[in-house]
Amino acid sequence: MSFVVPKESYNGKVLSVDFGKGDKAVVIGGENTLPFLSFEGEIPNRPVVAYEIQDCPPEDWPERVRNEYKDVSGDPVTWAKHCQDNLKAGAIALRLVSTHPDRENRSAEDAAKTIRNVLAAIDIPLIILGSNHIEKDASVLVAAAEAASGYNCIIGKAQEGNYKTIVAAALAHNHKLIAMSELDINLAKQLNILITQMGFDKEKLITDPMCSALGYGLEYTYSVMERIRLAGLFQNDATMQPPILGDVGMYVWKIKEVTAAEADVPEWGSLEERGVAWEAITATSMIVAGTNLLIMRHPKSIGIVEKTIAELT
Amino acid sequence: MIIIGEKISVIAKKVREAMNSRDPKPLQELADAQWKAGAHIIDVNTGPAEEKGEELMTWMVQSIQEKVHAPLCLDTTNPQALEAGLKAHNNQWGKPLINSTSNDPERFIMLELAAKYNAQIIALTVGKGGLPADAEERCGIAAEIMARAAEFGVPLENIFLDPLILQVCTTQDQALHSLKAIKMFQELNDPPMKTVVGLSNISNGTPKLMRSLIDRVYLTLLVYEGLTAAIMNPLDKELMDAMKTTEMFMGKTLYAHSYLEM
Repeated sequence: MSFVVPKESYNGKVLSVDFGKGDKAVVIGGENTLPFLSFEGEIPNRPVVAYEIQDCPPEDWPERVRNEYKDVSGDPVTWAKHCQDNLKAGAIALRLVSTHPDRENRSAEDAAKTIRNVLAAIDIPLIILGSNHIEKDASVLVAAAEAASGYNCIIGKAQEGNYKTIVAAALAHNHKLIAMSELDINLAKQLNILITQMGFDKEKLITDPMCSALGYGLEYTYSVMERIRLAGLFQNDATMQPPILGDVGMYVWKIKEVTAAEADVPEWGSLEERGVAWEAITATSMIVAGTNLLIMRHPKSIGIVEKTIAELT
Repeated sequence: MIIIGEKISVIAKKVREAMNSRDPKPLQELADAQWKAGAHIIDVNTGPAEEKGEELMTWMVQSIQEKVHAPLCLDTTNPQALEAGLKAHNNQWGKPLINSTSNDPERFIMLELAAKYNAQIIALTVGKGGLPADAEERCGIAAEIMARAAEFGVPLENIFLDPLILQVCTTQDQALHSLKAIKMFQELNDPPMKTVVGLSNISNGTPKLMRSLIDRVYLTLLVYEGLTAAIMNPLDKELMDAMKTTEMFMGKTLYAHSYLEM
């Protein structure tokens, strides 16, 4: 008797979202099956990795990843061009860290200027991220959305405390939007409902259920992502069908496993390898759980994840 | 759960008048309101429609589907009118649903039409000899109809078994028998048989103010037993809210504070 592969059938489909312009535009999502189960359904688009850059030098990044960009990170335009031209990035995520009141508290106008300069220098798609300060992001991301008008960017992150102004800005300037909630599937659904009730098209949304690093709550993130996918695919829950974002780099590149010196913990081995492996493993777990878009930092870990994606596809 | 909107019925004066004067607007508005309230299928009940039944059903199907892009549940005892409705039905919006066949040989023609037009069909678990006494009897009749459907070439996934809901005010014990039948029907096949009820029968004859309450509590129990579809009033918000809440408790939908708005 021949072996028949058991197959699940699904009622729903992940929405596909495009960002960027022209032939460099990128599409994520669109699958009607669980991650990489291409024998069960259609997976028209692979997960995409965006290189994270900042609007100020990454002094808070650990040395091993900071060094990768030491010649370019003094200026976001140079940094972005380096990622595009030398590292062959498919997309860039620009985090407006310097606007945070506890950092340089730079103005929304400054942020808008940076965005205009970066957009003028690259032709790959851009993700624009605030500094994750609820009040400040509301003004910074409004200015950012306007500065990037016509570029079909992804902006974020809209959260429970500030989504109204950010949604309105994304709507006015025709951008895609990241909706973030803090590791709570019911709040993730609720935020998506509230945003679409403002007239924002669910086909322009990206869900960020909040990331976490291996060893620091990854299993919670994994489980929430998995349940989002199951609700979207099996229950055909339209509010749970946007693509998922995994903002991996910022959660990995701060933990002790990627910062502790070799002299202090010789049994942990090479610091460089540790950091790269930690980011790659965290990101790989995310794509297996259903992530469609990753934001990462180290070129080597991005290389490993892209190779894994190619092998699994 | 699949909601079959019940409002377009010959019993309602407004609908009857629109049917008689061939005025499509009231029918389209009722269909649209039910669709927007969450109905998946719109019931079109023309009654026996002995006079000009074919022309009437054709006109109703076309008028309604012109405005609402949903499948229809064709509800008439007149087979010629039913066939006319199946011909006019736009299957682009989903398969039509025939309401209904039973174990009465006079109703077997409906199975023949279901096979011919690849339609779904409601099978009332009653025979020629009066109402079933309990859940077991309903299952016996269901099995006979399923065998008959196989003879006519109607696939089991196109059949919705209906236990026939009776008035609680006159036959109180039947409410439990029907609930049990919903549970037992599903066990008659793997994958489980689909089930349907005409919900408002349960509160027929009770004081008007109590009907919505009786309907929604009974629906909650039915949904808990695994009911697939109900012919009901989607414009009754409390009824819809009770259904959504039951489905949420059962893990069929994911909780969010605004789940009632979805």
